Amino acid sequence: MTTRVDAIVVGGGIHGCSTALHLCLRGLKPVLIEKDYAGRHASGVNAGGVRQLARHVAEIPLSNRSMDIWERIADLVDDDCGFESHGQVLVAEDDGELAACRIRVDDLNARGFVHEELMDAAELRRLVPAVAETCPGGVVSRRDGAANPARTTTAFRRKAERLGALVREGEPARNVRKDAGLWRVDVGTETFEAPILVNAAGAWAGRIAAALGEPVPVETVAPMLMITSRVPHFIDPVVILRGRKLSFKQFANGTVLIGGGHLATPDQDRNETILDWRKLSESARTVFDLFPVMRGATIVRAWAGIEAKTRDDLPVFGPSARHDGLYHQFGFSLHGFQLGPGAGAVMAEIIVDGGTQTRVAELGIGRFQLP
Amino acid sequence: MSPGAPSGASPSTAPKRDQYDVVVIGAGPAGLAAAATTAEAGLSTLLLDENAGPGGQVWRAIASTPVKARDTLGTDFWAGAALVEAVAASGAEVIQRATVWSLDKSLDVGLSVAGGSTFVKAGRVILATGALERPFPIPGWTLPGVMTAGAAQTMLKSSGLVPDGKTVIAGQGPLLWLLAAQVLRLGGRIDRILDTTERKNWLAALPHAFAFLTSPYFAKGLAMMREVRAKVPVVSGVTELAAEGDGRLARVVYTAGGKRETVAAELLLLHQGVVPNVNLAMAAGIEHRWDDVQLCWSPVIDPTGATSVAGIAIAGDGAGIGGAGAAVFRGRIAARAAIEALAPDAAAKIEPMSGLQAALARATRGRAFLDTLFRPAKQFRIPSGDTIVCRCEEVTAKDILDSVAIGATGPNQLKAYRRTGMGPCQGRLCGLTVTELMAEARGKSPEEIGYYRLRAPVKPISLGELAALPKTEDSVKAVVRG
Repeated sequence: MTTRVDAIVVGGGIHGCSTALHLCLRGLKPVLIEKDYAGRHASGVNAGGVRQLARHVAEIPLSNRSMDIWERIADLVDDDCGFESHGQVLVAEDDGELAACRIRVDDLNARGFVHEELMDAAELRRLVPAVAETCPGGVVSRRDGAANPARTTTAFRRKAERLGALVREGEPARNVRKDAGLWRVDVGTETFEAPILVNAAGAWAGRIAAALGEPVPVETVAPMLMITSRVPHFIDPVVILRGRKLSFKQFANGTVLIGGGHLATPDQDRNETILDWRKLSESARTVFDLFPVMRGATIVRAWAGIEAKTRDDLPVFGPSARHDGLYHQFGFSLHGFQLGPGAGAVMAEIIVDGGTQTRVAELGIGRFQLP
Repeated sequence: MSPGAPSGASPSTAPKRDQYDVVVIGAGPAGLAAAATTAEAGLSTLLLDENAGPGGQVWRAIASTPVKARDTLGTDFWAGAALVEAVAASGAEVIQRATVWSLDKSLDVGLSVAGGSTFVKAGRVILATGALERPFPIPGWTLPGVMTAGAAQTMLKSSGLVPDGKTVIAGQGPLLWLLAAQVLRLGGRIDRILDTTERKNWLAALPHAFAFLTSPYFAKGLAMMREVRAKVPVVSGVTELAAEGDGRLARVVYTAGGKRETVAAELLLLHQGVVPNVNLAMAAGIEHRWDDVQLCWSPVIDPTGATSVAGIAIAGDGAGIGGAGAAVFRGRIAARAAIEALAPDAAAKIEPMSGLQAALARATRGRAFLDTLFRPAKQFRIPSGDTIVCRCEEVTAKDILDSVAIGATGPNQLKAYRRTGMGPCQGRLCGLTVTELMAEARGKSPEEIGYYRLRAPVKPISLGELAALPKTEDSVKAVVRG
């Protein structure tokens, strides 16, 4: 049975769900196809950081656009998504790192971006009293925070469905092809056809792009996270480091999430990851050094989500360079969660209006084409 | 203990080597039997056990219990001593109080001893992690004064402690009667036994009765039940059960034969049978299936205990509940398979697989009768309303049904809504209940609903300990290679 829809969105992560929702808001009827369930992979199991801080300048416009949505997320998806805004803080561990922070903030200001502010030691200590006293300062982005990633992704999926999107979970998109001007995709015993195809399949998106003749230098990665048992409240903002790989957040219930991008070994075909405890041990050592208050905490669980990382650590976002009606939205390289709400809105503008006011040109797939 | 060291030598606190032919996890009946067998065959063997001494649950404190009168704990208990001596003489290295917190497909075993963690590499792993008590979620089961029968038995065996206040035991199964007998023999107090065995189970179990009547369980079980019934009032056919009290247990309310009764109690011991402890096996990526008779997850294994992960076998109750007698033979069978793979010449000298399999069949005779008779009733597995399901996060049955109503499809999605299974118990106390509750709410089978995705650390470890993990070149390679 073939069902005609306005758009086919492949991938039920935060990006696919957000794009499906925004297409619905623009009056289109999309189908959202997810081989497992919405939020099963990176979108549901990441650290939940809602961060404008320390982004590559090419994706700051998309990040800022997204933050405007995050601040009224419940209006959009009828769920607060667990979003809390206590800021994110980047800690410099020595004067050299602080000097680099200063250069960064000056550069952003010169480009007209003002969300990152340089902090001295006193302001750092005020925001993060538990940090080691040797740290000379850092950068703060005050609107930042964190949300519950699985709840967020599910909220986008549910709202899209309520607004008329068809949702197919538990079956992969197969035989992606274009016939007579329409994209066709098989899902279980069904076939969908539409003039628009959005490739938002996360770690699996590179395969789709390659099969359609647009290979991208993308690898499958699985950043690891671990969480502690409850400890007394000691920190509000999310903390990241300038020099070492660490991100660090305490939830309202007292548990502390420790991440930072150390990688597990993914097995993409089996939806499995093998954790690398040597690298998790490095994270533990960093926390041990910087937050003496955490030394007695207990690690209760560690995990990793599978996603795609590009060669230049920037997403592939925008129209295909090869096919009409094909749009790419993947390769968010360990930092795509915060971008999801805005990216869906921008993608819907690109699809429906043929363009967007938000500057995303540097993220196009064309940058990987051979000269 | 070093190879050949006499029993009683000072215990090891860290593995002596980086890698072993065989690492056995758990020193209950299956693990002791497996380790003795592989070590006697000349394979370097490391036996890791979480308790202070060997024995597991059945033979807990076999080497140290203050209860010396042999009849009190029963002859089955003392049968463990010979196996403990065999391990000591076998040359196996034994580490007590060792918590295994990580195991993966590359057969790297992460263990914690005396506040320090390390990894060892195994040629083969035999999991003998035994059983857990099935969750028994009734209204009020989180009140102080309510505990599991297994916890009471642990105190009895390791410290000689027995109840002396008003005590009620509720539930069903062989262990419940064994505990009652042991408590009474030690002079402890039991005021009433509330038997929740469903009457219809007797009929269902009938086809298996002949095997049971000719099994070792029958005579012993009957004698034990007679002994208990002579001293304690037993209420059969209990269909509803609740613990009540203001801040701590004061009374137990139950319904039997359609009649509601209340009994004053300071201690309520709950027991609804045991299920395989599958956490480490699941975290290692081993395939499991839902067992519709025993109503639990069991690993998928072949007749030698081999699993879907190459090199990892499971023996004993962790492979499916079979009891201590069967566990010993399953341990030997898994050990023999390891010897056949790693040292075929040595295998020729030990009992052939066919003999071990025959002994296992004898030891499991009568099991089907017990499994059918003591299949727990639905109302004692699948709670409703305000009854707590997840104790760590205080999530009720109603909370879970509400989450299902707004789209949670399985235990892993439920975590996002309610944090079930994400507390310190890592799902041990709520996992089965959550699976069955969601299966019923969604009209699906437990197999379709699935279980929590379990990950290391399988037991919590301290951040300081993880930070201190040694950084040797060899172990770095061992992990990266995986």
